[in-house]
Amino acid sequence: MTFDWKKTALALSLAGGLMATGPALTPAQAETPDNMLVQGMRIDDIITFDPAEVFELSTGEFIANIYDRVMMYEPEDLSTLVGGVVESWNFSEDGKTINFTMRPGQTFHSGNPVRPEDVVYSLQRVVILNKTPAFIFTQFGWSPENVGDLIKVTGDNSFSITITEDFSPGLVLNALSAGVASVVDQKLVEEHAVDGDMGYDWLKNKSAGSGPYSLVEWKANESVVLNAFDDYRHGKPAMQRVIIRHLPEPAAQRLLLEQGDIDMARSLTPDQIGGLVGNDTVKIEFYPKASLIYMAMNTTNEILSNPTVREALKYLIDYQGMAESFLDGQYIVHESFWPSGLWASADDKPYTLDVERAKELLAEAGYPDGFEIAIDSLNTSPYMEIAQSMQQTLSQAGITAEIIPQDGSALWPKYRARRHGLILARWSPDYVDPHSNADSFALNPDNREEAQLTGVLAWRNGWADPGINALAIAARNEANVDLRHDLYNALQRLHQRVSPFAIMFQQNEQVAMATNIEGFVSGSNFDLVFYRNVTK
Amino acid sequence: MAVGDVATRRRAGQGVWASLLRAALAVARVLASLALTFLGLTAITFFIGRVMPIDPVLAIVGDRARQDVYDAMFLQMGLDKPIYIQYLRYLGDVLTGNFGISIQTSRPVIYDLLHFFPATLELATIATLLGVFLGVPMGVLAAVNQGRLIDHVVRIVGLIGYSMPVFWLGMVGLLIFYARLQWVPGPGRLDIYFDGLVPPVTGMLLIDAALAGDWNVFDNALSHIILPASILGTYALAYIARMTRSFMLDQIRQEYILTARVKGLSETRVIWRHAFGNVLVQLVTIIGLTYASLLEGSVLTETVFSWPGIGQYITNALFNSDMNAVIGGTIVVGTCFVGINMLSDLIYRMLDPRVRS
Repeated sequence: MTFDWKKTALALSLAGGLMATGPALTPAQAETPDNMLVQGMRIDDIITFDPAEVFELSTGEFIANIYDRVMMYEPEDLSTLVGGVVESWNFSEDGKTINFTMRPGQTFHSGNPVRPEDVVYSLQRVVILNKTPAFIFTQFGWSPENVGDLIKVTGDNSFSITITEDFSPGLVLNALSAGVASVVDQKLVEEHAVDGDMGYDWLKNKSAGSGPYSLVEWKANESVVLNAFDDYRHGKPAMQRVIIRHLPEPAAQRLLLEQGDIDMARSLTPDQIGGLVGNDTVKIEFYPKASLIYMAMNTTNEILSNPTVREALKYLIDYQGMAESFLDGQYIVHESFWPSGLWASADDKPYTLDVERAKELLAEAGYPDGFEIAIDSLNTSPYMEIAQSMQQTLSQAGITAEIIPQDGSALWPKYRARRHGLILARWSPDYVDPHSNADSFALNPDNREEAQLTGVLAWRNGWADPGINALAIAARNEANVDLRHDLYNALQRLHQRVSPFAIMFQQNEQVAMATNIEGFVSGSNFDLVFYRNVTK
Repeated sequence: MAVGDVATRRRAGQGVWASLLRAALAVARVLASLALTFLGLTAITFFIGRVMPIDPVLAIVGDRARQDVYDAMFLQMGLDKPIYIQYLRYLGDVLTGNFGISIQTSRPVIYDLLHFFPATLELATIATLLGVFLGVPMGVLAAVNQGRLIDHVVRIVGLIGYSMPVFWLGMVGLLIFYARLQWVPGPGRLDIYFDGLVPPVTGMLLIDAALAGDWNVFDNALSHIILPASILGTYALAYIARMTRSFMLDQIRQEYILTARVKGLSETRVIWRHAFGNVLVQLVTIIGLTYASLLEGSVLTETVFSWPGIGQYITNALFNSDMNAVIGGTIVVGTCFVGINMLSDLIYRMLDPRVRS
């Protein structure tokens, strides 16, 4: 009797068919509820929801919807700075003290009223905890020792702040629109404080705000869930719940969007976006962002210390070619350190690809046959493509560039230690004021190795220019708005010529969403993204 | 009392004590082996983490941190201490159940492991079961019909399943079965509307839903897991089928098989009772290795299907220099390998009388 392979094969076929086809055990959810916004994006950068520590792209956006700040840019008009929890303010004669009056009738999600004590506590907390974004406030001369005297309650609905430095009042107000100026519910936070930590541990995955949404749950690497705050001062948001799903694979985001399982896909690549063109159920919206991609040149490198060489390299970048090819609308050419569309930005583009000009400069600098250099780059798109394009254009002038792709976790320590040659990196402003970027790209008060100004991009590239420093400080401190505007324009133009930075591109975010989504606002900065006006 | 009786009883008593001693020594050897394995695992992972060109401080404070913030965190993390002191401190914490806090989740690592590992356990178990229940019969079928069409089909299926990049297979699977046919839901373990409906007991949604008697959640969880499990199961199936075929071919050529046939036994009995019985021990090894490799987490499958498993957790931890999470995950994976090895040994004893004796 032979082995009955036919029965075995039949059984296997049925089982394999079951495995391969998978019956629909539940019908796929075709649409999200009308009162719920579901977004798909990459959110594995979240490490905390404490506004005194948040400095990541994802959480910066989330806390903008959970907390109101002292000053704010509202989604209705992103170009105008207005009071957030404050209704009005005035300056002392010397411009160093600002007196604020609170908006009446505001409440936190907990039901506690928003008081000047909460604002003072929130601002002091940032300085005392001294986490990464604290420098936004400590630059004003605030320290854990003096912040109790310099930030204080002055009345039932008023408080004041005093700075010790000669900063422009406009700069101070803009800094108070940053994420660190989020107002937390002091009473609620202190109820959960442990060993005097000011609620640091508790706020990692909880919220205590007065914004349009409250944090319901953060499941690391899975989702963030926000619930609407019915008593928000601008009215209850239309979307009762906002769910942000962690979908690390852009292709999966696209599939879910097309199937209606999510309303918005926030991390699509250009080819994914291109594939959605012509899809009637999806629309693509464009949002100019303040994120910049730049190439920096380490002037501690002997070759790159020559300003003529650096100028030559700026002529060996195919800005327009890249923007029109693989960047495909997601980035536009921008060549100054303050992004286009923001107050005081200079939109000059003095550099284009000009190999002949570059060769002349290289010959003048003593490198007629080029040289060898390394390009340190993030190992993700579009940095690798940009690096490859640069490698090709540099070679036209005899420069042999070796690309060293790295993850950020390996690249940033190298950058901070001044061990790079050329480097491709990105930068976003910390707050919406030109000093935010000038403080990194231009101002370097101490270029010595011992100074360890590792947070300053100019220092990382071993560059300090007395003229640039003076101009940056003058612009920072100028109280007259028009003069300040002109000073920043002049600073940017000079910076383009003499600095070791070739600013190349500014992000133009492309967000794919269902056609019935309206009211989503994504402003220039990473934390100016608002859900409260979204409707379906 | 006869002298012989006393001597016999003495010998019997000594025999019992000897057996107990042998058993105790065996247990001690196993425990010592386990301890050395974990020590080696944690030491290697810890020291690799410290010598990698990744800055664990920057992973917490971020690239933009000023130097004073960086320095404060550097001291807080104890990184100013000699590396062996850092390791010993960490080891001391682990032995008291403290695996530290994860940078990427801000939660205790032990909590993360209890959350992420069951997701992988569930997925890997179903994938392995699919691989075994399909792969083994396929391998036997191919071996019995060596050189015929069915053999070629099985070998091609195995080759494709083993060669196809699982990432690509996952995306194609989503495209076909989710986007086009709508037979399965999209990535994730559950539809968002079912999230949090059943209390987490084991962390494995199918079991938790069954325990809670919530068959809607069970249904939804099953529909979510079937596609990623099938993708991983294809890989397991391909490997198991190939190895089963190879083992079976070795046995079928043996003389005892010819003898069994000559004696008039049915072909089914010859193949399944005699030939297959002699490959079981080898198959246990293969299946154990396959299961263990799936348990360490398939990060690509987890990425495509947004499956919050331990593969993604450890990979993200590595890129974030979150060494607490990396070492914690390594210990879990190491435990799986050791546990599966021990289980395999036990199964050998049950299957092979020679091992028992």
